[in-house]
Amino acid sequence: MNKREALMLVGLVVLLAAVLLLSLALGSTAVPLPSVVRALFGSSPDHDSAALVVWTIRLPRSLTAVLAGAALGIAGLQMQTLFRNPLADPFALGISSGASLGVALVILGAGYGPAIAFGSSMGMRGDALITAAAIVGAGVVLTLVLLVSNRIANPTTVLILGLMFGYAVSAIVTVLVGASQPERLQQWAQWGFGSFSGVTWQRLRLFGPLTLFGILIAASTTKQLNALLLGENYAKSMGLAVKRARLLTMLGASVLGAVVTAFCGPISFLGIAVPHLCRGLLGSSDHRTLVPAVVLLGGTVALVAQIVSLLPGSAGILPLNAVTSLMGAPIVVAVLLRSRRGAFAA
Amino acid sequence: MTADVSLHERPEPDPEPERVLRTVDLAVGYRSRGVRRAVLEHVNLSVHPGELVCLLGPNGIGKSTLLRTLARMQPALWGSIELAGTEIRSMSAVALARRVGVVLTERIVVEALSVRRIVELGRYPYSGWFGGLTDADRAVVDWAIDAVGARHLVNRDVSQLSDGERQRVMIARALAQEPMLLVLDEPTAFLDVPSRVELMALLRQLTRAGKLAVVVSTHDLELALRSADTVWLVMPGGELRCGAPEDVIVSGGIARAFEGRHVRFHGEERSFRWLTGHSGSATVRGYGVHAAMAKSVLEREGFAVDAETGDSAGPIVVASESGWRWSQNGTEASGKDFASLAAWLRKRSRVS
Repeated sequence: MNKREALMLVGLVVLLAAVLLLSLALGSTAVPLPSVVRALFGSSPDHDSAALVVWTIRLPRSLTAVLAGAALGIAGLQMQTLFRNPLADPFALGISSGASLGVALVILGAGYGPAIAFGSSMGMRGDALITAAAIVGAGVVLTLVLLVSNRIANPTTVLILGLMFGYAVSAIVTVLVGASQPERLQQWAQWGFGSFSGVTWQRLRLFGPLTLFGILIAASTTKQLNALLLGENYAKSMGLAVKRARLLTMLGASVLGAVVTAFCGPISFLGIAVPHLCRGLLGSSDHRTLVPAVVLLGGTVALVAQIVSLLPGSAGILPLNAVTSLMGAPIVVAVLLRSRRGAFAA
Repeated sequence: MTADVSLHERPEPDPEPERVLRTVDLAVGYRSRGVRRAVLEHVNLSVHPGELVCLLGPNGIGKSTLLRTLARMQPALWGSIELAGTEIRSMSAVALARRVGVVLTERIVVEALSVRRIVELGRYPYSGWFGGLTDADRAVVDWAIDAVGARHLVNRDVSQLSDGERQRVMIARALAQEPMLLVLDEPTAFLDVPSRVELMALLRQLTRAGKLAVVVSTHDLELALRSADTVWLVMPGGELRCGAPEDVIVSGGIARAFEGRHVRFHGEERSFRWLTGHSGSATVRGYGVHAAMAKSVLEREGFAVDAETGDSAGPIVVASESGWRWSQNGTEASGKDFASLAAWLRKRSRVS
């Protein structure tokens, strides 16, 4: 790690902390920063409504955003390196479509009534049911893709396979959408917007450990990812068990993507953009610095998107998915055009 | 299809255990749907420490398949491969990577990575869980960079290197694995002529220390025949001939392996010459470079050029600093440069 990279990482930590504080202060009613800090450290009066808002609504939301952004960033990095493809993202194997199908079956499908009934009999509320459906959908598609891809040598073919599975599953979702009643479509669209607000403290108790664990697993593949920079043939010749590494990487990245999708809805763009931004910032493809960088910057970008989506104030909120893409796409284009050193720029 | 017998039989212990590599009745090729299709069979080869081996043969004959199999990048169909007396099938990926380094034809497409970091990747089979390097690792990396003469490149980005420089760096990375055997599959394929010569000279120099053995496949016949200690020549049909380059040339193996419709391998020159004679024969008189160039023009136009005999009935070309003169049965022609000689020969062949 050279000086520039070390400075960048320190800068990213500071940036994340600053944006995190900001996200707690901003919202439908602004809370002054000193009150935010007091609320965080529990030294504000019990009946302070500002502290209540910060502690019960904004903090879980912001933590969710940080975890989701970090998860998508690192999963995107894994996929891009594994497939040596700048367009790969955590959903490259069709798991986003799989999650959508699961959710669509619950919200739009004929099973809506029975599913709700089953869910409440199991003590699950609506959102927990949707999360479960997304996980099951993503898991089924992922299992299928991994089973088939095990027989395929060429990584690009695996990528195309994932794409095709995604298309096929999306088509089924479209059929479901076409045949549904308007009021259910509204609920379906709501899910598609993506949101960090649905994760309460209670749900964070599951979401937090899952993503943290996934991020740690992903971070432990740093050395393998570096070897894969030169392609699978060279990686193999340097002692990497390529088949196992490929399977573990695809599995890890996809599970991270699936967990985030299940709790927050489909969040596009972050997973593809954050790795590019980090390579541009660091001027390096070395995963020993890229991995911490995508975690830090992924969390930051997700928080910024979260803040922007609340900007209309009392007029409502912008769909998170639209914000991430609208805000991020120009930034990524600028980074790619400006820096010839960005990976894949040639 | 041959019956799969030798796969599980243990071959006799290597009588020369100091050998780097030994194959016993090896067959290389592909498996599809359970059927084994051998490209090369009954391959019995050995490599000694400090030996530079060049693998030669026509395109598509299985050179890459053989090299990939030796480096365990694909499984052998039958037979065994031993590295310093140990069957490679029984080695872990890391153990193998500590013994064999590989350089491939393919261009690496990585961006934004310095030369030093690329070479550091060669420490993969030695470094810890997160790929952290010790001072000893860094010393090996420095040694590898110096060994290929890439000291001035260490801080450059790989994507900005020339093809020749990049292959050098890839060799340094392979050396950082501290292998006993370096396997290179057409490393010179994308290189210009000076870089090819440089690369071959580098490989030769690396083997001179007496420990590292190198097996390299190449299409650069002349260069290979001049640099190699040993040649492995794959003949059309899959027979493999081994020996010192000079022995392989003298036996006529090279000429037969690379037989063509228009060219023939010429052993003394270690290069190909046009098949000549369809325009008749001619005699060249004169000295030095002028005579040689006149001969070259005549051969290109299909003449068999014979040595000065004095009583040849064919045309005689006299070449000197002032130009050339052609004479045959009273017909005379002359000119100042070799372009006009070529033009005259072409005009003449159209008329006749």
